[in-house]
Amino acid sequence: MRRAVLEAVVAAAKGKVPIVIVAALRSGSERAWSPGDDSLDPALRDAAARALATDDAFTVETSDGPVFLRPVNPPLRLFVVGAVHLAVPLASMAATLGYGVTLIDPRAAFARAERWPPGVDVRCAWPDEAFPALKLDARSAVVTLTHDPKIDDPALQAALGSRAFYIGALGSKKTHASRLRRLEAAGFQHANLARIHGPIGLAIGARSPGEIAVAILAQMTDVLRRAAVPPGGAAQGQDASTPGERIA
Amino acid sequence: MAGPDEDVLSTALAWRRDGHRVALATVVETWGSSPRPRGSQLAVREDGLFLGSVSGGCVEAKVIETAQRLMHTGTPELLEFGVSHEEAWDVGLACGGSVRIFVETIE
Repeated sequence: MRRAVLEAVVAAAKGKVPIVIVAALRSGSERAWSPGDDSLDPALRDAAARALATDDAFTVETSDGPVFLRPVNPPLRLFVVGAVHLAVPLASMAATLGYGVTLIDPRAAFARAERWPPGVDVRCAWPDEAFPALKLDARSAVVTLTHDPKIDDPALQAALGSRAFYIGALGSKKTHASRLRRLEAAGFQHANLARIHGPIGLAIGARSPGEIAVAILAQMTDVLRRAAVPPGGAAQGQDASTPGERIA
Repeated sequence: MAGPDEDVLSTALAWRRDGHRVALATVVETWGSSPRPRGSQLAVREDGLFLGSVSGGCVEAKVIETAQRLMHTGTPELLEFGVSHEEAWDVGLACGGSVRIFVETIE
């Protein structure tokens, strides 16, 4: 790989711009491609866009031999509403999983930066003020932890109005039922409300904050990695047995 | 595909900027139950220091050895590992899967 290609990929990753490494395996020549760049063959361009959309690396056959496409997407993002005790292990474990973590809490005492691991973006703000600028997308997850409708509900409304792949809300079944009633009264449809995981997390009997963080992140991973797979289907990239697809 | 895998690329670049010889190995195809998905990467420095992974540790030694050799020839190589290979006992995948790995230098 030419150093210039690697420089471009690392710069794009740093600037949170999606980019694909396009590697001709026969010649060993490589280049980088980002959406909007028309200098790549249209069939390869479509395949590269698909690699980014599915976040999956794969090989396509072309008249010049196999070409490997490796997407480098901006990090997944996790927005945690409520800078409470549980948010500490949640933020650090999520960072280990590769998420960029943002904590939002309007209560200054909770949002003090000293309480949080380095690298976590802590915002002392109300969710309805904070979320518009954060531009939630399909690679975003939103988790609410305060139990306080004043703080959690606006965050859930922002999440429901976005393509966030995961929405979770801490609270008992009873709390969740009343939450759903409030959101329904606010005009949200049943199908949309069903996107909220509540009570949050996989049922693994979690008790300590660290265990609850594991339950939440396990559920988030399940939704992220298996949502698009039909029942009984293979997990992407683990059991795939197709050695490439022909496009040219 | 963000996070730890991207650290591999930025570390490879940092090593190169520091004047080291650097090679990069990438999983380009998998069959059966292989431990790391396509796109997984491993960066190798000439002194053998490495970051990342292309398997669960089963074939890394062979990949690193190849990477260090490539630093002198410069020609990329496509390696294939599977249980059916003769050398399976040494460097095959105990899980029964197969992987194809592209190894190249950073010029």
